[in-house]
Amino acid sequence: MENVKIIEIKKSVFENNDRAADELRGELKTKGVFLLNLMSSPGSGKTTTLIQTINRLKDKIRIAVMEADIDSDVDAIKIKEATGVESIQLHTGGMCHLDAEMTEQGLNNVSMEQADLVILENVGNLVCPAEFDTGAVKNAMILSVPEGHDKPLKYPLMFSICDVVVINKIDVLPYFDFDMEKCKEYIHMRNPKATVIPICAKTGEGVEVFAEWLLNEVSEWKR
Amino acid sequence: MHELGIVFYIIRDVKKAAQEHGVEHVSAVVMNIGEVSTIVPEYLTDCWRWAADKEELLRGCELKIEPIPAVTHCDGCGKEYPTVAHGKICPHCGSEKTWLLRGNEVEIKELIIEN
Repeated sequence: MENVKIIEIKKSVFENNDRAADELRGELKTKGVFLLNLMSSPGSGKTTTLIQTINRLKDKIRIAVMEADIDSDVDAIKIKEATGVESIQLHTGGMCHLDAEMTEQGLNNVSMEQADLVILENVGNLVCPAEFDTGAVKNAMILSVPEGHDKPLKYPLMFSICDVVVINKIDVLPYFDFDMEKCKEYIHMRNPKATVIPICAKTGEGVEVFAEWLLNEVSEWKR
Repeated sequence: MHELGIVFYIIRDVKKAAQEHGVEHVSAVVMNIGEVSTIVPEYLTDCWRWAADKEELLRGCELKIEPIPAVTHCDGCGKEYPTVAHGKICPHCGSEKTWLLRGNEVEIKELIIEN
């Protein structure tokens, strides 16, 4: 054991990212740009919900979208075609989440001076994106009915960091053992402040409530 | 793969610290990992082996994990209890007004350099 040197570090692995995220939020505040981090499992309807929401808001505020995926650009193309707003694709190169640095690199490719709202569609995953602060002003997540009402118990961190939880695919409620009241109860156990909004992105039901929430948040931020 | 992303973060911080201290090879990295940090220690060490061996500085470097048991504090009765066994509800008084005191850590504790 001779010649053993110990360098004490005592530092959280997330510390650098948390700092970068705070800096990014400061920059967004100065520029008057609201960044929403949208998270969910794969297949919960993030892209469809976004298209519906953007189409209700695009005449009121200027919107840009950043689609993050491990690979492909199908989502970015879909958003652009369906809404006409600026939409770019970020590739995480195999990583399961975006961090503040990657988000900032993405924002550098968006026309920030022409946007009031930038929506970041994070990688579909309920674990990792919750751990890395992207620098977003608010966090939103979508839980879809087929996933089950017990998800807030299984993925507590994700639900505890979200300001709004959108429950999608309510049109299929009759076919699933999904208990809406239980789901709300579980969400509020993890996060008493979370706003819960049931919607059906396919038919558009309830989407205006989410759009309204978003519009309010954006005007608060720009005040 | 959640743990691989974490490993890249660890490597970045270790490289920086090694550079600051003028170290050319690190023999072991000691981590404090909380019991409810959502990290699976076996996955973390597996990912570490794969990624660390690609770096000159970290070839053969061991990742040692010192677990931190999770403890929850209850605002209802002021007592503490083990989180994993009892979850969110206090076993002493049944209150739900509880918060995690420790057990969420993902921390680089120290680097061990052997010459």
